[in-house]
Amino acid sequence: MLKQTGRLALAAAVGLGLAAGAGAAKAQTPKSGGILNFVVGSKIPSFDGHQETTFGMIHPIRPFYSLLIRVNPANPSDPTDFECDLCEGDVPEATDGGTKYTFKIRKGVKFHDGTPLTSADIKATMDKIVFPPEGVPSARKAFFRAVESITTPDDHTVVFKLKFPTAAFIPALATPFNFVYSKKDLDEHGMEWHKANVNGTGPFKFVQHQPGAFVEGVKYQDYHLEGRPYLDGFKAIAAPKMAVRLQAIRGDRAAIEFRGFPPKARDDLVKALGDKITVQESDWNCVLLATPNQQRKPFDDARVRQALTLGIDRWGGSKYLSQIAIVKTVGGVIFPNHPLAATKEELVKLKGYGEDIEASRAEAKKLLADAGHSGLKVDFSNRGVDQPYKVVGTWLVDQWRKIGVDTQQRVQPSGPFYDTLRKKKDFDVSIDFNCQSVINPIADMTKFLGSAGNNYAGFEDPELEAIYAKIEKENDPKALRNLVRDYETRSLSDEASGIVTLWWYKINPHRSYVKGWKIAPSHYLAQHLDQVWLDK
Amino acid sequence: MTTVSESAVEAQVEDLEDKTPFWQKAKTMARKQPVGVAGLAVVILMIFAAIFAPWLTPYHPEYNDFANMLTPPGADYILGTDQFGRDIFTRILYGARTALFVGFAAATVGAVFGLVLGVASAYFGGMFDLIFQRIMDVFMAFPLIILALAVVATLGTGTQNVIIAITIPFIPQCARVVRSNALAIREIPYVDAARALGFGHMRIIMRHMAPNVMAPFLILFTAFVGQAILLEASLSYLGMGVQEPTPAWGLMLQGGAEEYAESAPWVAIWPGVAISLAVFGFNLFGDSVRDTLDPRLRSR
Repeated sequence: MLKQTGRLALAAAVGLGLAAGAGAAKAQTPKSGGILNFVVGSKIPSFDGHQETTFGMIHPIRPFYSLLIRVNPANPSDPTDFECDLCEGDVPEATDGGTKYTFKIRKGVKFHDGTPLTSADIKATMDKIVFPPEGVPSARKAFFRAVESITTPDDHTVVFKLKFPTAAFIPALATPFNFVYSKKDLDEHGMEWHKANVNGTGPFKFVQHQPGAFVEGVKYQDYHLEGRPYLDGFKAIAAPKMAVRLQAIRGDRAAIEFRGFPPKARDDLVKALGDKITVQESDWNCVLLATPNQQRKPFDDARVRQALTLGIDRWGGSKYLSQIAIVKTVGGVIFPNHPLAATKEELVKLKGYGEDIEASRAEAKKLLADAGHSGLKVDFSNRGVDQPYKVVGTWLVDQWRKIGVDTQQRVQPSGPFYDTLRKKKDFDVSIDFNCQSVINPIADMTKFLGSAGNNYAGFEDPELEAIYAKIEKENDPKALRNLVRDYETRSLSDEASGIVTLWWYKINPHRSYVKGWKIAPSHYLAQHLDQVWLDK
Repeated sequence: MTTVSESAVEAQVEDLEDKTPFWQKAKTMARKQPVGVAGLAVVILMIFAAIFAPWLTPYHPEYNDFANMLTPPGADYILGTDQFGRDIFTRILYGARTALFVGFAAATVGAVFGLVLGVASAYFGGMFDLIFQRIMDVFMAFPLIILALAVVATLGTGTQNVIIAITIPFIPQCARVVRSNALAIREIPYVDAARALGFGHMRIIMRHMAPNVMAPFLILFTAFVGQAILLEASLSYLGMGVQEPTPAWGLMLQGGAEEYAESAPWVAIWPGVAISLAVFGFNLFGDSVRDTLDPRLRSR
């Protein structure tokens, strides 16, 4: 609170001090009032953040809730900048050799139904996420493997005790799906109640949900951050078709879409509306993968998998696909802008990342011939969503054709596609993705482990597991970086059990009157909207 | 008892045959059915494009060429290129193969099954006819596209499944029309004569009744080809038909319509034109076939 108030005061002082540029400074002073209309391109499976994983839920529902800590919405691109939301002061440092975090909880915070917030609510929430009772789904339970216990010494203190020190804990805690629920609601209504009901401490109160049409929220007058939110309310309009979302912004029926548009849509909007449109762009903590099914022959042969990764011209793809799709950056297992991510010099040493694509393809053909699979036929499963799945899928078919692989693309709507990927597993290679919210490389990279619940390649690699076990406990930055390189080389190059294509690139064209919203490297972050205001 | 030799009958039939040269017949047909001939010309053009596609264009329909992505129509690419740099003219030529293959396969299978089932229903009558027609009613209660979508959703995408999905709604349509014609034929004495001679049901249905309902069958068949092309394009447009990178008109439209309608309209326009022309051609041709074969319309 103090941090926020201080920032506001500073901003006001700077605005007042710049007398010569009073007009400009005044334009940047947040204005209160107005309703923000935005479009959402996906359905809401349920309102329960603890079990959902989609932006279709986060965008309309996140504004009703608070978190214990959150990514700083004024600086969401920084993977290390966190601030207190329901805790007081700064995010606490670890004590007891990095195994204990003590949070002081804000006083005077009330849920929308009037129930006061105490540390018991934080504990009940985190217990549901970290130690869910049997049968209660928790999508991010694995993020908190290091947590040993959660205790509440008093009504306004929560203590997290870890089994071992880990840099992954604070980012995991700031995950925007960790909505703080009222213990009273959990006790009285059970663990399923939040799937269809809303009661949070967020900047907006729930008004109504018309399924398939919109979600409406109104300003919460007792919100714990003084002067916030600026908006009187918001309306999240469901619009699954991109053309509809685009035209909604163009016709000013909606001001923004938070997930992102492809480059052509951006160009069309800018061409049509000029300075009435502001464009924000960022690398995206989402990577598109091609997952070979090692339960099927010949994809259990590392040479075949290496050939598939060698056949992909990532550098060329980055140059051209970024003009038609929401992918751009060449990277490894770590978000490209993170200090732990591989540099270009490190990347080009991996199979499939060399800049001489002809040499790579010659090696790929040789590997396929050595494995006895020249003229390999691949049943390639893809998701029936244009951006970026079908665009990248069609590109991959062409890339693999160049090493003599005959790929049949099988595109299915999301439901059957996931069924194929997760249950039936009747594919040779499938499109897959690793989309995370808070940049937390140590947690995010678990996707590449054979033992991970969200890895569908069907393999066991004890060596990779052993490297990861060291990574999890390593606190020396240099040693950690070296271990990450070993992990990356093992996963992407030596075994090629995971095939990284390109990292996503986020493009958000929005009405210029929308202020205060800064693009983050994830479409899940900074969606509480208490920082957003309308310059109308 | 008078006996007539087989060769004598054949000679008499030959005498009755029209000796007018083909070009003369075509000329007469063109004068009488100019619209139908225009439709036929489109159909022939489409078949020509499908067969000779590799010789009509230097480009491959599936290969990406990012250096030339979204090139406007011009000398090198007469209809422009799509977002993957693929020549649209080439993809339209090859797309005719997909359209014709799906169109003829679905129409043939659907119409033949409909013919056999419709004639059988009329021939057997009674409870069989009653139950069979109620089953047909169930299928016909669904709009064509909805039924096709349901079948694709169940079986999955891909060319084969699209053909099955389009074929299934055609069967009851054809069976219903054929049955109404076959009911009249059933009452003609020669069917009774065939029964009296001890011919089996299959022989009577296939050799004595089915050939006599050929006129409505052919009319339906030509209409089905056009409908099948449109349905295939619709399913592909909805992402439930054939899949990338296979050249198919509906798929081309789907890939370009949303994102490039403003900045590169040729990506969506040309496949749309191809679909319209093909369906238009088959419909015009079908109408002419109907006008020619239907005795009620022949005298007009």
